[in-house]
Amino acid sequence: MFKILKAEQLSANVYMKVVHAPRVAKSCEPGQFIIVKVDETAERIPLTICDYDREAGTITIVFQPIGVSTHKMVDLKEGDFFEDFVGPLGKPSELVTDDFEEVKKKKVVFIAGGVGTAPVYPQAKWLHDHGIECDIIVGARTKDLLILEDEMSRVGNLHLCTDDGSYGFHGVGTAMLEKLVSEGHQYDLCVAIGPMIMMKFACLTTKKLGIPTIVSMNPIMVDGTGMCGACRVLVGDEVKFACVDGPEFDGHLIDFDQAMKRAAMYKTEEGRRLLAYQEGDTHHGGCGNCGGDK
Amino acid sequence: MGDVLKKVPVREQDPKVRAGNFDEVCLGYNKDEAVEEAQRCIGCKNAKCMEGCPVQIHIPDFIKEVKEGNFEGAYQVISKSSALPAICGRVCPQESQCEGRCIRGIKGEPVSIGKLERFVADWAREQGIKPEVSVEKNGKKVAVIGSGPAGLTCAGDLAKLGYDVTIFEALHKAGGVLVYGIPEFRLPKDGVVLPEVENVKALGVKIETDVIIGKSVTIDELMEEEGFDAVFIGSGAGLPKFMGIPGETACGVFSANEYLTRNNLMKAFDPRYDTPIAVGRKVAVVGGGNVAMDAARTALRLGAEVHIVYRRSEEELPARVEEVHHAKEEGIIFDLLTNPTEILVGEDGWVNGIRCIRMELGEPDASGRRRPVEIPGSEFDIEVDTVIMSLGTSPNPLISSTTKGLETNRRKCIVASEDVGATSKEGVFAGGDAVTGAATVILAMGAGKDAARGIHEYLSR
Repeated sequence: MFKILKAEQLSANVYMKVVHAPRVAKSCEPGQFIIVKVDETAERIPLTICDYDREAGTITIVFQPIGVSTHKMVDLKEGDFFEDFVGPLGKPSELVTDDFEEVKKKKVVFIAGGVGTAPVYPQAKWLHDHGIECDIIVGARTKDLLILEDEMSRVGNLHLCTDDGSYGFHGVGTAMLEKLVSEGHQYDLCVAIGPMIMMKFACLTTKKLGIPTIVSMNPIMVDGTGMCGACRVLVGDEVKFACVDGPEFDGHLIDFDQAMKRAAMYKTEEGRRLLAYQEGDTHHGGCGNCGGDK
Repeated sequence: MGDVLKKVPVREQDPKVRAGNFDEVCLGYNKDEAVEEAQRCIGCKNAKCMEGCPVQIHIPDFIKEVKEGNFEGAYQVISKSSALPAICGRVCPQESQCEGRCIRGIKGEPVSIGKLERFVADWAREQGIKPEVSVEKNGKKVAVIGSGPAGLTCAGDLAKLGYDVTIFEALHKAGGVLVYGIPEFRLPKDGVVLPEVENVKALGVKIETDVIIGKSVTIDELMEEEGFDAVFIGSGAGLPKFMGIPGETACGVFSANEYLTRNNLMKAFDPRYDTPIAVGRKVAVVGGGNVAMDAARTALRLGAEVHIVYRRSEEELPARVEEVHHAKEEGIIFDLLTNPTEILVGEDGWVNGIRCIRMELGEPDASGRRRPVEIPGSEFDIEVDTVIMSLGTSPNPLISSTTKGLETNRRKCIVASEDVGATSKEGVFAGGDAVTGAATVILAMGAGKDAARGIHEYLSR
């Protein structure tokens, strides 16, 4: 059992939990992920680590409820427990493992979209802690959906943008990047993390601008240790397992269209199970809202 | 009394009924049937059956107890050699082990040793009887990596010798392949696996789930920082293989590992559980081993029409005869001498067919089986919406790549001595599928047992 030490709502649809998981906190690095399972009947949910505190033995996760299991996670309060919490999984970010002298020379820009802001934070923080300055673009649909503004502004040069112009730059993150480049900023590396569609367009833009780009994939997975192969992604001509070969890959080589189709594989069944969960005892599959039950 | 040359038949769920549920197929013997079958054992002094058992259960001794109706006595005899009898009675390939050596088998059918073992273990569990142990702790700590058959056996044996044993399991439930791989209808989880895991815990073994050795903590850290005097690696062979043909990353293509894990570990077949599974309308399972049979029979129970696609003929199917027989009874269709060359994908990204080529058998290959050869120009398509790849598995490199001085071979299997599983790293032993590549539950148990002996010798020096 893993105790929740802090539970907060960060925006209209994004939640944060700080979890006591000393083994994970001791060994994790930026870029890695954990798998959380709320209770006996829940799914195993992979989430990229947002922050960690080795001394306190804690891991911070940030998530958006989508299916039944993530909705159950929302309901858990400070002092409650996750039944299972395992990690760290995947490889650390190359920024952390590459030769430090090389990394130091790099001018890095992060593009974070929506809940993808969370996994960007530990990487930017790591650079900041090691005396490396970086630019961070955080985008969201609208002002109320922006998260981690204070934290991000402490670790890099923050550029906020909203699709509807309700806050910061009016436009998407990639438009902000193009603006920065046109103003004379030069980048050696872009790290783009967010919804698949955002990463796809970020990569199209950076390819045009000639900036090498790393993305963090969050495909469907079950065990997270290389056992099931559900997380297969096409990277160039090669089939990779995001859980053990990633989750970070060269964004210019990823087949995003296929990755998006694979991510939608269980959409209807998941929705059906969510309706059953939300409607509780009143759910009989008879009204047809869910497309009929089994 | 029936025909003494034949086994007392074992009751099974009707194939038509069981094709629609996940309840156990084989119902096992009752008391009378067990005693009657036990009468068929002639109690050889030089018992060949024992030689065929990787954990050397004293088979004639336990059967003698069954004959006399002393089931508790029978259980204690088995428990001396095996920590998981209810599991072995169900999933061991007895036909090539104990029963394969039985003298009765020369003129008729061998004694049904597996079904008798199962009966005794089930009876003991229902009566709440535990293995007898008196343990004096010796103060030495051993870490066991993986809670599958190898790990559970090794841990149980070491605990009986007085060691302070902790099992580290990567998944959220103990049992390894017994829980994620073998389906409910062959090996009930709550009914059979869980109680046997509890029996191992009752010996004082601690199980820490959700710990991935090589990620959460390394073997070197366990030995240097957490005070473990020796380590046993029983991490299995968990990595799935794919064919490398076009279309394999399409939606609707799964490894058997994924399909079975969703259904067995995550219980996707049960609507109370959140994990989804793609219930295909028409499913092709590629491969002919026990895992392929398990995946096929699972898909069938979820409501699909299921084809086994296998490149050799029925004779070469690596699955146990009993599994193939059960699969056929339930209505699995076997497309033999057939090999996929491409997975056909629709515009929506989902599988809509599988292109195959017909094969014929040529000369025997290195494995001694006749090598399948393509018949040129014989390509044809099978319309399916789901493809499950069951082509075998290999060991996960997570541990070997993070442990200093641990030697592996080119198949990524850990190199370990045959007698006691000693590896190239001092104090570290290994056994089961992590060493041999994918094999059977009982061979892994045998290796766990040998390694326990090796660790005891090593720590008694």
